[in-house]
Amino acid sequence: MSRIRRLNEIPREELFTSGHSLCAGCGIPPMVKMALKAIDGDKVVVNATCCLEVATTLYPHTSWLVPWVHNAFENAAATASGIESAMKVLLRKRDGKKYKIIVFGGDGGTFDIGLQSLSGALERGHNFLYVCYDNEAYMNTGIQRSGGTPLGAATTTSPAGRVIPGKPENKKNLMDIVIAHRVPYAATINPAYPTDMWNKFAKASEFLDKNEGPIFFHYYSPCPVGWRMDTSLSIEAARLAVQTRLWPVYEVDHGKIVINIRVNKPKPIEEYLKIQGRFRHLLKPENKEVVERLKRYIESNWNRLLKLAELGSIY
Amino acid sequence: MSKVEIDNRLLKPGVYFMRGNDASVEGALIAGCRFFAGYPITPSNEIATLMSRRLPQVGGIYMQFEDEIGSIMAVLGASNGGVKSMTATSGPGFSLMQEAIGLAAMTETPAVIVEVQRGGPSTGLPTQVGQGDVMQVKWGSHGDYEIVAYLPNSPQEMFDMTIKAFNTAWRYRVPVVVLSDQMIGHMREKVVVPPYEEIEIVERRRPEESPEEFLPFSNKYLIPPMAVAGEGYRIHVTGLAHNEKGYPTTDYETVRKLVTRLVRKIRDNERDIAEYEEFMADDAKLIIVSFGITSRSAKKAVRDARSKGLKVGLFRPKTAWPFPYWRLQELTNNGADVLVVEINMGQMYRVVREHVRSSEVYNMPLTPGACPSPEDIYKKIEEVYPR
Repeated sequence: MSRIRRLNEIPREELFTSGHSLCAGCGIPPMVKMALKAIDGDKVVVNATCCLEVATTLYPHTSWLVPWVHNAFENAAATASGIESAMKVLLRKRDGKKYKIIVFGGDGGTFDIGLQSLSGALERGHNFLYVCYDNEAYMNTGIQRSGGTPLGAATTTSPAGRVIPGKPENKKNLMDIVIAHRVPYAATINPAYPTDMWNKFAKASEFLDKNEGPIFFHYYSPCPVGWRMDTSLSIEAARLAVQTRLWPVYEVDHGKIVINIRVNKPKPIEEYLKIQGRFRHLLKPENKEVVERLKRYIESNWNRLLKLAELGSIY
Repeated sequence: MSKVEIDNRLLKPGVYFMRGNDASVEGALIAGCRFFAGYPITPSNEIATLMSRRLPQVGGIYMQFEDEIGSIMAVLGASNGGVKSMTATSGPGFSLMQEAIGLAAMTETPAVIVEVQRGGPSTGLPTQVGQGDVMQVKWGSHGDYEIVAYLPNSPQEMFDMTIKAFNTAWRYRVPVVVLSDQMIGHMREKVVVPPYEEIEIVERRRPEESPEEFLPFSNKYLIPPMAVAGEGYRIHVTGLAHNEKGYPTTDYETVRKLVTRLVRKIRDNERDIAEYEEFMADDAKLIIVSFGITSRSAKKAVRDARSKGLKVGLFRPKTAWPFPYWRLQELTNNGADVLVVEINMGQMYRVVREHVRSSEVYNMPLTPGACPSPEDIYKKIEEVYPR
């Protein structure tokens, strides 16, 4: 699929249809719609247990116009490995058909329970695309903290109160873990930057054509219900995440890091925190230290990325 | 934190209107649980959510893990370390825990698992009721071991049986499961918290020998005393077959003694552990065996049958394992038939059939997703009632 510069260049034909029960303001559908359009040719979708899985397949309806397989919670990448191997066998035995495999998993199914399966698949080098949509908690089961929940966020199992100021630990750096496997292509994508997202999917499609998998995408997926913000603020939150340098948009193409959205004048992190109920307690004076920790994390992470981007290749 | 401070933060004796899952949490805290490791899974989430708020208030630690395997292993670690600990889950998560349950049985590590059953198999019906884990509880891990599983049928029993589960686990050094279901877990009902002095709480039996003489898995006892980390006793914990010191061995005689003891500590005590409830069962010509949420429908069906002159009774096992088979045998010795009602395709039915030889055993196979109404059960009673 070709690269685009404007959104009206995106084809209108949908492979992920309306009528699903994902919430208003949810960040997942725009990404899935785009992925299925930008990755051309035949494809199979593997879906871990998550919001996307339950909300798009309510009997007797489905949103999926492509072959779709759901598995247990911890093994989407392993299922994809099996499918890809079967495709290879059939191609070897007779005139099998080549197709592309796309995996969608949430942050719980990727950062936590599915990490072992993902690591195994990345290490074995299967030709597939894994997209982790990260809404930063277990939203499907009722907003429990995950390895992807950021520092200070209140969830039902990291409630902000006198004992803890929301989640006491930092977010796990999933991209670093993936890059440590030296995958050919990995990128972060964000709904506030849809052309960048489209072009990355289009690039992934070309790599899959050339058997240059595995490919990994980390998607920032706003969740108004879990983040306790107005449904109209999803894209605003996504944009602020990038503009505060909290969530850098970058890619790692065969070891070469490129920061796709340069943020020369970052906005104060408080602008991001104040629109979300999950962070509101952080603006109280007694939690100043948590905000300072968050600021230090943002700064060190950004500076590290800049340095890595100066290197020719980190592999 | 002093004991008084902690006691002040436990649920006070009194009458409450509570959800089953929440009652389980308060029961656990009163029983002395101070560590919870868990992973989100419907329909047990309320337990983890409330634990994450309540445990820090009583000086405990709540921790969420990367999956159920991590959760149960952390519980075993904490338990070996010397703290009463538990986890909560549902079918798929419980399946992931099976290896650790075998480990707990082999290393005689006490642990409490509250399993709020949902419809299966696999992801199944996360938000709907099921009772299909009766066999998984007993036979989920490999090898020979014995386990205890309680079957609550009300929020009150979620409270009571969670406390009992801790007592049994720490008395017999076994993993104990509170096998609830989605409807009981989410049901809100009256829960009475009795005065604390009326609540029996069992602590671990500490070794009386000197550290030099101490054998952590001594065959001198059926249930060896258990040291606490830091008290100076040397322990060696392994999932491998081990000798009395805890060191791995393949010696046939040593392994025979070990496995025999693992099995015997429950089998020899099954009449002390097992519990049941009878309702109009003495003169019944047809006895309904039912547990959990279905036993509540069954009780109404029994009343309806009695009002129409049918001699029907209810036998409700309050423990699935050990199964109180001796009492059921006594009740059926006069030739009474049995009808098993459970939300699965016939799991406890097999257990009942194994023990009831003299009369007919019928089952009412039900697929998960709904609880049978009393009318459904009454219809089945009319169909199988001996005339």
